[in-house]
Amino acid sequence: MKEYKTITKIAGPLVFVEKTEPIGYSELVNIVCHDGTVKRGQVLDTSDEVVVVQVFETTAGIGKDSGIRFTGETIKMPVGRDMLGRILSGGGKPIDGGPDIVPEKRLDITGAAINPYARASPHDFIQTGISTIDGMNTLVRGQKLPIFSGAGLPHNNVALQIARQAKVPGSKEPFAVVFAAMGITKEEANYFMQDFEKTGALERAVVFLNLADDPAVERIITPRLALTTAEYLAFELGMHVLVILTDMTNYCEALRQIGAAREEVPGRRGYPGYMYTDLASIYERAGIIKGKNGSVTQIPILTMPGDDITHPIPDLTGYITEGQIVVSRDLHRKGIYPPINVLPSLSRLMNLGIGKGQTREDHKKVSDQIYAAYAEGNDLRGLVAIVGKEALSDRDKLFLEFADLYEQKFVKQGSDEDRTIANTLDIGWDLLATLPIEQLVRIDRELIQKFHPKVREGAKA
Amino acid sequence: MEVKDNSKQASGGKLKRIAGPVVTAVNLDAHMYDLVQVGNEGLMGEVIKIQRDEVIIQVYEDTSGIRPGEPVINTGLPLSIELGPGLLTSIYDGIQRPLEVLVQKMGDFIERGVSAPGLPRDKKWEFKPIVKEGDTVKPGSIIGEVQETNIVHKVMVPPKVNGGKVKSIKSGLFTVEEIVCTLDNGVELPMMQKWPVRVPRPVTEKMNPTIPLITGQRILDGLFPIAKGGTAAIPGPFGSGKTVTQQQLAKWSDAEIVVYIGCGERGNEMTEVLTEFPELEDPKTGKPLMERTVLIANTSNMPVAAREASVYTGITIAEYFRDMGYDVSLMADSTSRWAEAMREISSRLEEMPGEEGYPAYLAARLSEFYERAGLVHTLNGARGSVSVIGAVSPPGGDFSEPVTQNTLRIVKVFWALDAKLSQRRHFPAINWLNSYSLYLEQLHDWYDKEVSPEWNKLRSWAMEVLQKEAELQEIVQLVGSDALPDAEQLTIEIARMIREIFLQQNAYDKVDTFCDMTKQYAMMKAIRHFADLAYAAQLAGVSPLQIISVKSKNELQQIKFIEEYIPALQKIEADMENEFNALRSAS
Repeated sequence: MKEYKTITKIAGPLVFVEKTEPIGYSELVNIVCHDGTVKRGQVLDTSDEVVVVQVFETTAGIGKDSGIRFTGETIKMPVGRDMLGRILSGGGKPIDGGPDIVPEKRLDITGAAINPYARASPHDFIQTGISTIDGMNTLVRGQKLPIFSGAGLPHNNVALQIARQAKVPGSKEPFAVVFAAMGITKEEANYFMQDFEKTGALERAVVFLNLADDPAVERIITPRLALTTAEYLAFELGMHVLVILTDMTNYCEALRQIGAAREEVPGRRGYPGYMYTDLASIYERAGIIKGKNGSVTQIPILTMPGDDITHPIPDLTGYITEGQIVVSRDLHRKGIYPPINVLPSLSRLMNLGIGKGQTREDHKKVSDQIYAAYAEGNDLRGLVAIVGKEALSDRDKLFLEFADLYEQKFVKQGSDEDRTIANTLDIGWDLLATLPIEQLVRIDRELIQKFHPKVREGAKA
Repeated sequence: MEVKDNSKQASGGKLKRIAGPVVTAVNLDAHMYDLVQVGNEGLMGEVIKIQRDEVIIQVYEDTSGIRPGEPVINTGLPLSIELGPGLLTSIYDGIQRPLEVLVQKMGDFIERGVSAPGLPRDKKWEFKPIVKEGDTVKPGSIIGEVQETNIVHKVMVPPKVNGGKVKSIKSGLFTVEEIVCTLDNGVELPMMQKWPVRVPRPVTEKMNPTIPLITGQRILDGLFPIAKGGTAAIPGPFGSGKTVTQQQLAKWSDAEIVVYIGCGERGNEMTEVLTEFPELEDPKTGKPLMERTVLIANTSNMPVAAREASVYTGITIAEYFRDMGYDVSLMADSTSRWAEAMREISSRLEEMPGEEGYPAYLAARLSEFYERAGLVHTLNGARGSVSVIGAVSPPGGDFSEPVTQNTLRIVKVFWALDAKLSQRRHFPAINWLNSYSLYLEQLHDWYDKEVSPEWNKLRSWAMEVLQKEAELQEIVQLVGSDALPDAEQLTIEIARMIREIFLQQNAYDKVDTFCDMTKQYAMMKAIRHFADLAYAAQLAGVSPLQIISVKSKNELQQIKFIEEYIPALQKIEADMENEFNALRSAS
């Protein structure tokens, strides 16, 4: 393979090479430093005159004397069955001291878009055991449902609890977890790893670790490696794969860093104008394909800078993903775990996964009613702060109490408490029973007859 | 979209630079917006800039691995789509490649370098001529018909063809490419015609719309109607129900043809549309909704340049059916993704950015697009219309951003989605205070004649009550509801009824998902009936608390879920009168 020594400029993560033969766009590049170390990069821009290479590792050690080898192919990832149980670096190299991966296939990491016509509509209810998710923002197989959190909030615990407890009730199909860490601290990584080991989850997990002190640019490929692995496990080996990506905020920072190095015209808050498309190329790699057994379900985690949901990162994410689970600082301060605020949370695929035959026929209506009642109770809290509780009507007082009860009984649960969906809905009914029946306008009479605790007792008596 | 057709004039060029979806070629004779084939694999692209001897091309497919020096061939044609029998029930990507054919050709994932014609070539259609030899035909004239689905596809003389006398015309089974008609001036006409997507199809005259597009959604038809041939925008933050509203419109609007563009949206959502539409029945014909629908799906991770084109592909198909004399409604979800595609390509061209990085021509492109809507006299004298309903996804739900603002300057109807409403599960989460329709005056007569002479008054009354409630709520926030005078406490209760009974509508309930104008009128009238009784009772000395606890009004809540609602409604209204009579005689 030809080695060029024609580097003319090195700026941040970018290396400019001249006088090359025609080089393909987004080709994989190896850069040989004077001490013999080899770094990897990718072609970002190619022309007759100059080729721009984005290096995935630190550019420390690269100089004008470094050699550039163009491999003639786009970045491929070796994948195989024996990846399960392995820990890899953010660049895909084993770091657990084990042998190299025996490749069964080499796959392009950018991954082509699934033809919408080839997709199957997701409908399998995943029970996470967390009431605020199962009851109010149901996750289904093939969905991408991010967790929007803030610095210092227990989003990792929530993600781990989901990873531990997630199951499709009654299903015995093989499943796996792909975990990709981008720019998280060693401590956080240990926390995840210990939990995986403790629960035995590691055996059916593939872990990619890009830590806070690893090169930022490597973060660009980490989620793509993880998703390529997930697609292989799902669509070639027929597994149901849960992909956890954390922290997407760090990924976007890396994207901005490269944009700045390329002197691109920045979009909102300095993030590149193509960030939507770029994020979509990650998040859209979830789903189910007609005629194939497996599925890819994604739970990306992102910390909202300044808890601002309108920040470009959560904003663009919310426009791509099928809903969001919002972790709230207020609830966390009240000592409620998991501090999930259902009001801004949403699962767009919920209606496909719930109801008769999936969960229970009252699910949708109960969830709507709790939403409406909690929203009203929550609004009243603002009013109480101004006029005092005494000024409230009796009806309003009930709603105010409902909001408190809901947080204490429905939201709050143990980090090992695995509630069944029936359990979750029953708790919901107990709470709704504190309101007068005529206030339950979202629920049909028939369902009230069948499920309302007081009506049922009345019927018995 | 067939690209192999490079018969006209082919000229060879070479690639010079590749940077993502934008590539540069040299030695290429090209005009703006010519369609070109890029690289050894012949990827589809379009000329978007010419600069000295360099030609800048946006490529509709992934450019990974393409090298400088690879050939570029100009087809000499602008990006055009195929129009003819076979469009209905199709599902296309942004450049009219049928997704179903792509699955057969390249599997479950979208690979590149595969072209597929927009209309099936082998399928034969039964062509029935409606002109005969010796008749004179003009551009736009209908020469024959094909029963495509339950919709009759009218085969027309293409707009740019010279008219003449019909020399011969055939009848029977033909493919879209076979000649069915020849004119005395030598013009040969197959059933299929091609049209460049960026050029509006010509019409004789544009008219002011006077008939509403009935959607079966109470807040839309009742309070903020759009006219057939009108334009509307639905802006809202994520999770506020844009897509559900768009899909409801695609399902239930009383247009004869529906074109639905999923522009840069979610794959799973498109799949939901793809699985749901064939199963849903058109309330008017009882046939699957898919039979009147053309879907265009360019999801967010499909190539960005094709996303830019998808909106034009969609509107061109809509115009084609309009030219046959149909009422067409077009949903674009979401125009913000389209604008972002423009921004992305513009920034790769290193153009001077306008507001928030969007190109300076954003406003012009948006207005060109919406201006292709309208109620028209077609070239053949028929009346047809294209109604355009565009979703807008403003970043952070902030309506002051450029795409929303530039859209609002053009469209006549504004349905403002509100995250606060969706959080409390008030659906459709359309804010009744911020939304507006500028068609009310034009549609006034229609409502008078077709619904009831009372309707327009009822509508104004409901809007007044809602407006009044908003003012009162501000006071309630400060002093509590008990401090309000009796009459105003009633107003708050009546506004609540309008909101919960009339405005809230359940898209997932099989009855409530569609509500015709007769039922809307009956529901509003019942609420008004209650209001009249309530105010009268209050004047007679009944306390607001007693009025609010009138039991029969709670039953109104259920009316929307009842199919045979008339007897139920009559009973409720009778019960209301009885209860109020009892209250008044007691006080």
